Amino acid sequence: MPSINKYDAIVIGGGHNGLTAAAYLSRAGKKVLVLERRHVLGGAAVTEEVFPGFKFSVCSYVVSLMKPNVMRELMLPKFGLELLPLESTFTPLDGDYLMRTADGDQTYREIARHSKKDAEAYKRFGPLMGQIGMAVRPILETIAPNALRPSLSDMLAAKRLLDHFKTLSNEQFEYLTKLMTMSSADFLDEWFEFEPLKSTMSASGIIGTFMGPRSPGSAYVMLHHYMGDIDGAFRAWGFQRGGTGEVSMAIARSAEHFGATIMTEASVKNVIVKNGRATGVALENGDEYISDMVISGLDPKLSFLKMVEEKELPSDFVRSIKNFRIRGSSGKVNLALDGLPDFTCLPGEGHHHRGAISISPDFDYLENAYDDAKYGNFSKRPFMDIILPSVLDPEMAPPGKHVMSCFVQYAPYNLKGGWDDNKREAFGDAVVNALARYAPNIKDIILHRQVLTPADLEDTFGLTEGNIFHGELTVQQLFSLRPAVKWADYTTPIKNYFQCGSGTHPGGGITGSPGEMAAKKILGIH
Amino acid sequence: MSYKNQFHAETQLKLSPFFDRTSVLNESQEWRRWSGYLSATNYELNHENEYFAIRTKAALLDITPLYKYLIEGPDSQKFLHRLVTRNINICKVGQVMYTPWCDEKGKVIDDGTVQRLSDHKFRITSAEPNLEWLEHNSVGMDLAISDDSSTTAALALQGPNSRDILNAVAKETLDDLKFFWMKNTRFGDIPVSISRTGYTGDLGYEIWMDPSDALLVWDMLIEKGKPYGITPTGLQALDISRIEAGLILLDVDYISSRHALIESRKSSPFELGLGWSVKMKKDNFIGKRALEKELKNGPEWEFVGIEIEWAQLEKHYRKAGLAPGLPSTAWRTSTPLYSGSEQVGYATSGAWSPILKRYIALAHIKNGYSKEGTVLDFELKVEHFRKLTPAKVVKTPFFDPERKRSCPA
Repeated sequence: MPSINKYDAIVIGGGHNGLTAAAYLSRAGKKVLVLERRHVLGGAAVTEEVFPGFKFSVCSYVVSLMKPNVMRELMLPKFGLELLPLESTFTPLDGDYLMRTADGDQTYREIARHSKKDAEAYKRFGPLMGQIGMAVRPILETIAPNALRPSLSDMLAAKRLLDHFKTLSNEQFEYLTKLMTMSSADFLDEWFEFEPLKSTMSASGIIGTFMGPRSPGSAYVMLHHYMGDIDGAFRAWGFQRGGTGEVSMAIARSAEHFGATIMTEASVKNVIVKNGRATGVALENGDEYISDMVISGLDPKLSFLKMVEEKELPSDFVRSIKNFRIRGSSGKVNLALDGLPDFTCLPGEGHHHRGAISISPDFDYLENAYDDAKYGNFSKRPFMDIILPSVLDPEMAPPGKHVMSCFVQYAPYNLKGGWDDNKREAFGDAVVNALARYAPNIKDIILHRQVLTPADLEDTFGLTEGNIFHGELTVQQLFSLRPAVKWADYTTPIKNYFQCGSGTHPGGGITGSPGEMAAKKILGIH
Repeated sequence: MSYKNQFHAETQLKLSPFFDRTSVLNESQEWRRWSGYLSATNYELNHENEYFAIRTKAALLDITPLYKYLIEGPDSQKFLHRLVTRNINICKVGQVMYTPWCDEKGKVIDDGTVQRLSDHKFRITSAEPNLEWLEHNSVGMDLAISDDSSTTAALALQGPNSRDILNAVAKETLDDLKFFWMKNTRFGDIPVSISRTGYTGDLGYEIWMDPSDALLVWDMLIEKGKPYGITPTGLQALDISRIEAGLILLDVDYISSRHALIESRKSSPFELGLGWSVKMKKDNFIGKRALEKELKNGPEWEFVGIEIEWAQLEKHYRKAGLAPGLPSTAWRTSTPLYSGSEQVGYATSGAWSPILKRYIALAHIKNGYSKEGTVLDFELKVEHFRKLTPAKVVKTPFFDPERKRSCPA
């Protein structure tokens, strides 16, 4: 074997977390190789020109949770990270609408049109969630300790967290507990009365999760989405110029700057394990690469049930991974448009085109959409989180044209009878119809349509069951339990085999956090 | 969403020829004074989108309030060459030079651009009125000076898409127009001159026109610029970008020597980071002798960029139970900088840079503490209490994209 094929570390998967881990390891002087199955980097954070002239953040579409220290340490602004503000959330209704913007006065006025009480409560809610997000931050930034057999560093970490929790106010503790356990609907009912406000806010509690807004545990997912900050402002969402793929590319450029080698169209078949140690990887094309360690950015199912043989792993661990809940619940519809959607409730072009557009008129709408999925169907009237990237970044589409990204729920992975071309198109039609209810011109302006079902997300992006978070963000699979007890610190039962994907703590979203913390853990060990 | 209104108010301030458009577009109705003009602070309720237009799309700014003077006549080159610190003798027709100018003691009066419009005709821009100084120094020379401030209207079109927009509007291509050069062309039938200059440190242009054509030019740019994301932009966004570009602002970062009440308020070009623009090989220019002396002894002050480090800043706020308090707009409050217990300087303007994700500022530092990499203590107020937090001397411009200077291949 020529020495050129020998590395200090091999990262499986050029998704944003794999690239982040690679960048940190290279920065520490390691010789790193990243192997990506597809022809493009980014995993789910990828930009592709799906139709000539029309670029899409094909899968993951907004950024808020990217860790500030990762941006700094990897010098991402220098390598192309440019986050444009998404300034509003617009919920079209029949005959009216709800609009929230970055401006306090404007948002107060808009909510007060519907409920003065809510408008006041809203002013307190945001800062409180910000404070709670800040209270939770140290947990997210701690390598999950082994709760059963803690090492010295585990105990120190646990002690630091305990000390931190002692600083929380009663109010913070109360809400934190509620957020960890309640449904987002129940939690929001304590605060607000105007249904479209509550249902739209609850939507961030169901994204990427096979739960409805009334399912206990959904409040935590909502909190997870509140923890992002951009420039110190909590709950700020951003759009990466050029699409989310440019976030991945910025990380990739950083990794290469630090010396990493990145290969695309290099599909890993399996990890080579000898005497309980990972010693390299074998590619589908027969090539082999040797390295001191292998780090998987894939989800836990692929990392442990596909990349290595079951016999290499303890049976209780295999059982935990098999039980790890990773049900896909969402699809993505990307539209190339000849113009802008014209909303009946707010005609013409306006600020509402520049932010998120949420199809979430009330709890029943969302809960009915969930019910469809519960019984094996896609939602006839789905929840949607929509943005128009070309309004923020004209280069995403040809001049005068637009691209529209619709994140759609629910679309169960295990559809009754399975997904096929007809069902994919029927799902696409349901999305367009749901949109047309509020923006009837949509049908006339669609030039091209890309429909991605959970099955497509699995096939294209290697997301098992199409789950965008590499496993649901529910309490039983967070922190020291993500993805399995005892193996939540990025190590695995196989020596020199590590994990760094969203299936590890602190979970999904474009955060860079699992990749960063895995690399820091590894560098601490080696 | 918006309230339709007929906003009618008398004002004692001057109105730019673009006001018919800008006044309607200004959704926040927030205005600042700029040289006695009513000038938009931001058009939207928040300047963020306008800032990102400068850095990722194209921003359209009304810069008519700049003071402008035309110098015409056989001695105009000789006159300007003696007036400013740059070498005007090598300034070709169609070229633009940024330059400060000084008093006899070598202290900066103002800074601006000199455009060579023809062999014997120049335009000079300034932040403050300079007619008296210009006339005072032209005694006996064969030239005429006229105040062009209200006879020429000006727009700045700044940002990565600005060239594409101008190419869509102008009769001639802008592809060959180099950084700090200008050309005359037409928008339809309207004559305009376009200089590749600006105050943002990005790819950008300034468009000079007759005020009677102002509204037509505005409308053409807005119409053709729409698919490129053209965005009317106010001074708030401009202020952040000029700090990122490391560009100084009169009355904020320095005081004109003509208006400084005490000697210590005056600055030489060397003390403002403009040493590169002082051409000591020139036979003579106003302030040369004093600057020669200063060069020999070394300037007392240096003007540098500083970066306020994140980790300690975050700790200060965390201790107070808060998320890091970053300024959402540029500030211009003089802020002390220490080395140990000694105050060795002060920052005059600063901003959180959304594109760089760094907290940056421009500062005057005593010679000896200004070397790149030097760590000083920056005074920070957290919940009413003063804290010190480390700030490092760094290179300016903080933000310097290649597109600023490059031309399409």
